[in-house]
Amino acid sequence: MTPPTDSARIDVRKTYKLYIGGAFPRSESGRSYTVDDAKGRFLANASYASRKDARDAVVAARKAFGGWSGKTAYNRGQVLYRVAEVLEGRRAQFVDEVQRGEGVSKRQAEAAVDLSVDRLVWYAGWADKITQVVGGANPVAGPYFNLSVPEPSGVIAALAPQDSSLLGLVSVVAPIVVTGNTAVVTSSYLRPLPAVTLSEVLATSDVPGGVVNILTGRLADTAPTLASHMDVNGIDLTGTAGDPEHATALEQAAAENLKRVLRAPASEPDWTLEPGIERMTRFLETKTVWHPVGI
Amino acid sequence: MAPNEKAGTVFEYAPAPESRAVVDIKSSYGLFINGEFTDPAGGRSFKTVNPATEEVLAEVSEASTEDVDLAVKAARRAYTRVWSRMSGRERSKYLYRIARIIQERARELAVLESIDNGKPIKESRDVDIPLVAAYFFYYAGWADKLEYAGFGPTPQPLGVAGQVIPWNFPMMMLAWKIAPALAAGNTVVLKPAETTPLTALLFAEICQQADLPAGVVNIVTGAGETGRAVVAHEDVDKVAFTGSTEVGRAIAKAVAGTDKKVTLELGGKAANIVFDDAPVDQAVEGIVNGIFFNQGHVCCAGSRLLVQESVAEEVLERLKRRMGTLRVGDPLDKNTDIGAINSAEQLARIRELSDIGEAEGAGRWSPPCDLPAHGFWFPPTVFTGVSQAHRIAREEIFGPVLSVLTFRTPAEAVEKANNTPFGLSAGVWTDKGSRILWMADQLRAGVVWANTFNRFDPTSPFGGYKESGYGREGGRHGLEAYIR
Repeated sequence: MTPPTDSARIDVRKTYKLYIGGAFPRSESGRSYTVDDAKGRFLANASYASRKDARDAVVAARKAFGGWSGKTAYNRGQVLYRVAEVLEGRRAQFVDEVQRGEGVSKRQAEAAVDLSVDRLVWYAGWADKITQVVGGANPVAGPYFNLSVPEPSGVIAALAPQDSSLLGLVSVVAPIVVTGNTAVVTSSYLRPLPAVTLSEVLATSDVPGGVVNILTGRLADTAPTLASHMDVNGIDLTGTAGDPEHATALEQAAAENLKRVLRAPASEPDWTLEPGIERMTRFLETKTVWHPVGI
Repeated sequence: MAPNEKAGTVFEYAPAPESRAVVDIKSSYGLFINGEFTDPAGGRSFKTVNPATEEVLAEVSEASTEDVDLAVKAARRAYTRVWSRMSGRERSKYLYRIARIIQERARELAVLESIDNGKPIKESRDVDIPLVAAYFFYYAGWADKLEYAGFGPTPQPLGVAGQVIPWNFPMMMLAWKIAPALAAGNTVVLKPAETTPLTALLFAEICQQADLPAGVVNIVTGAGETGRAVVAHEDVDKVAFTGSTEVGRAIAKAVAGTDKKVTLELGGKAANIVFDDAPVDQAVEGIVNGIFFNQGHVCCAGSRLLVQESVAEEVLERLKRRMGTLRVGDPLDKNTDIGAINSAEQLARIRELSDIGEAEGAGRWSPPCDLPAHGFWFPPTVFTGVSQAHRIAREEIFGPVLSVLTFRTPAEAVEKANNTPFGLSAGVWTDKGSRILWMADQLRAGVVWANTFNRFDPTSPFGGYKESGYGREGGRHGLEAYIR
């Protein structure tokens, strides 16, 4: 970095913090860590989330679950669409952060940001369609009305991918929350800045506080707490791709309260592909309601 | 007037036992591997008894790890060489054949089920076995229509399914597991429960009669060790389990880090919620059906009655009167409402938790009823004055024991109903339509029965929220567990 000359303005840098319950706290531990760009140059100090931060985030997510899952699907779709709008408005900032963090070309970074916006729009549209696609009436052999509908599983821990710092993150978070779940998300460790900036987008997009909570820091600190937390209903292990030992330990911990688990692939998936609906259905429950028919 | 005044003593029923002659129980059974009954490698066996009399019914082989390995190998061979290559249309015809043979041999299956399990013949005859046939018939029709099921244009089977089932609905659980697995093109190794292996072994004969290709269905009998071997076998692609949450948890841990797909149907502690506008007689029938059906050996049993305070007294009075008319006794008697507890072990568990209920201060009541001198029996029992902290309000008793709690507002009912780590089922009784739908929305359970209880159908997905497990059985949803 070059020292300022007389004519240059000193820029006001951002403090990168956690996002919990709609607020931006530092880690309660007071710890932070250095984030470098792909070439090893200093970018920022990010908050180093502790186990306590993870637990606080779960509390915030649980508190937000009733309100978020109780909103109409139409409303959740609009809120997610609003996230896409606001993200689009910050396009230049995200391109810059993705480019520097991932060490990709400007064109590649632009493509990743654009696709992130498009993906949010894609998932936004699912809010009021998934119920008809995976639910339906069941023709039982008797005088009963019988209907199956999908419902959100509850609080989901999402270990976002390590490499794709924005597109991968959005691709993991959107399918969880669009159906009414709330999420505690751990960002990429080495590339956390787009995640923190996404928090700012979420905070200004009518997403109620606590619906998405984002932690930066090491998985080794927060993931075991989330995997073993008895008030977390599901866990997406994508962020452990390439580390099967850690993934196995977390899946074992998750068994304690029978969390729904989305296993990590052997290596990080190609996020540019059409996602399909499995990331949504993995964190949906099917509820079937019976009622007699008669006069 | 008032014929019910002295309930239970008004009608004297002559014994009406179903004949056992229709069933031929062998003195010993081998394992069903690769289309044939074979002796177990370890040569070990165990006894299965009639829980109503403690009479030993047969010696059943205990499958060792080696036997399980042979069964998985047979299933793999059948999968690779035959079943996965066969067209869906041909697979479907095998399943239809099986469904038809089950209907043809329905009486035999029902009697054998009641003898080995202890459940009343009227349930095995009118509920279990007809549903078993219906599940096979339903999934038979899916075998050649999988591309329309909504799981992508080219749905593929998973391979070999390892399936472990409980003792409460031995044949029905077998059907829930085997029918969708085979329809989707998988082959199976199934372990029936230790105390109820006989109908599964009869099912093996039905597979032979249907000329089902060897190795498509393998039945390995045994206890926990055998089940663990099935689940842990590295050539098993899919694990399906119905049973306790404790074992389900162990299975979820055991498959962590593998590629095995898992579905778990585990415990429950369902709330059956009665509002003050509910038709009381219907609600009382629903409460009785909810907790005393199959001796309460039902994971989705309505074991917590939540009754609105203003009608609690009336509902309880009528419930007790109705309980007085329940006939406990010989499972093969066509008039029996409540049969035998499945095992000495389960009886001990029910007794222990009931004693704890009393010790913790809840009021215990059972109608006067004479229990047979031999066998395993427990009278229909209701606990009043139960708090949410009582163990009988939190733990699955899996017996004919009902805990009664009260509430004042719908919000309180929801709060109490959802205050459990389980989430399998729930019941709601009210005459108000909008309230039914609101309650159905609020209850965190996989099946909600409104103004009814304990209904099952092959087209209707069944399975839990939270610690009641994951995945669904039944309906289009039930195929997902066996398709990639």
